[in-house]
Amino acid sequence: MEKRIIWRGLLAGAIGGLLAFVFARIFAEPQIQQAIDYEDGRDHAQEALNSAAGIAPHEHGEVFSRAVQGNVGIGVGMILFGVAMGLLFAVAYAICLGRTGRLRPRSLALLVAGGGFLGIYLVPFLKYPANPPAIGDEDTIRQRSSYYLLMVVASILLLVLTVWLGKRLRARFGTWNASLIAGGVFILATGIVMLVLPRVAETPEPLTDPTGKIVFPGFPADVLFHFRFYSIGAQLVLWATIGLVFAPMAERLLAGSAARPAPALVNG
Amino acid sequence: MSSMPHPTTAATPLVIPGSRAVLWLAGAALFAIALYYFIGVDQGAVSVFGSDTHVHEFVHDARHFLGFPCH
Repeated sequence: MEKRIIWRGLLAGAIGGLLAFVFARIFAEPQIQQAIDYEDGRDHAQEALNSAAGIAPHEHGEVFSRAVQGNVGIGVGMILFGVAMGLLFAVAYAICLGRTGRLRPRSLALLVAGGGFLGIYLVPFLKYPANPPAIGDEDTIRQRSSYYLLMVVASILLLVLTVWLGKRLRARFGTWNASLIAGGVFILATGIVMLVLPRVAETPEPLTDPTGKIVFPGFPADVLFHFRFYSIGAQLVLWATIGLVFAPMAERLLAGSAARPAPALVNG
Repeated sequence: MSSMPHPTTAATPLVIPGSRAVLWLAGAALFAIALYYFIGVDQGAVSVFGSDTHVHEFVHDARHFLGFPCH
């Protein structure tokens, strides 16, 4: 049973990653290109300032061309990320199965997918949103990665605790109230984590010459907004696909496997 | 979602038993985390292949777009 769940999760994840890649190729790539153009223009302006001040320019070579990064690399990245998320989804689904009350297999699929979207992506995004190229100082990558991963781990742990808490409270308060209380605790707890973790604000300000005159503008706000907006969109596409592709497969798998007429299974 | 009161064991037939299941689930989770790491983190803050940047540069756009911090 667990193997069949894992393979179906992997398949759902790969399809989700593929659709997210198509979405990314259409909506994200133009924004990424604009961000890179901004970065190039800014580097040139910076180098002009540097050479005026007598600082030698520094070279950075290209490992992969933009065409490879923007067509192949992003595709491989999105699909493999989808596979990873599909596998995590399957593991979470297998653990939840039979432990989260009387849910139909397909309802549980949508709930677990929603939990993945929330815990792995959306809650960490609220504190550390996705950034296009040109935003982010190379020297702080270590701290920013640690903060981000810490936020992801905290958000997943708190989500798991919330589900556990909701189940515990259910006997006393009923499903509706227990869900509201547990949800409130989740919001409060993640809010505290977000307050404690340091703020990161590295969006480039306008570049000024020694006299304070602006020689290159700050990062374009519209590009930043659209990049982040589409980043959420791609994750929605990914997780919705995982849930919706897995749901009917789970329904067939679980209705067909064990004793079919057992009421616990039909309702569960 | 039903509000019918029932003992928590009502749905036990669905709980996946056995230590082999745990092995498979743990293996799948580990593999997924490894993928997550290579797409999102490797050759940025930390690197398993030293100072090489091929993985980073190849999935560069996806890494940004999926919400990971990048250079």
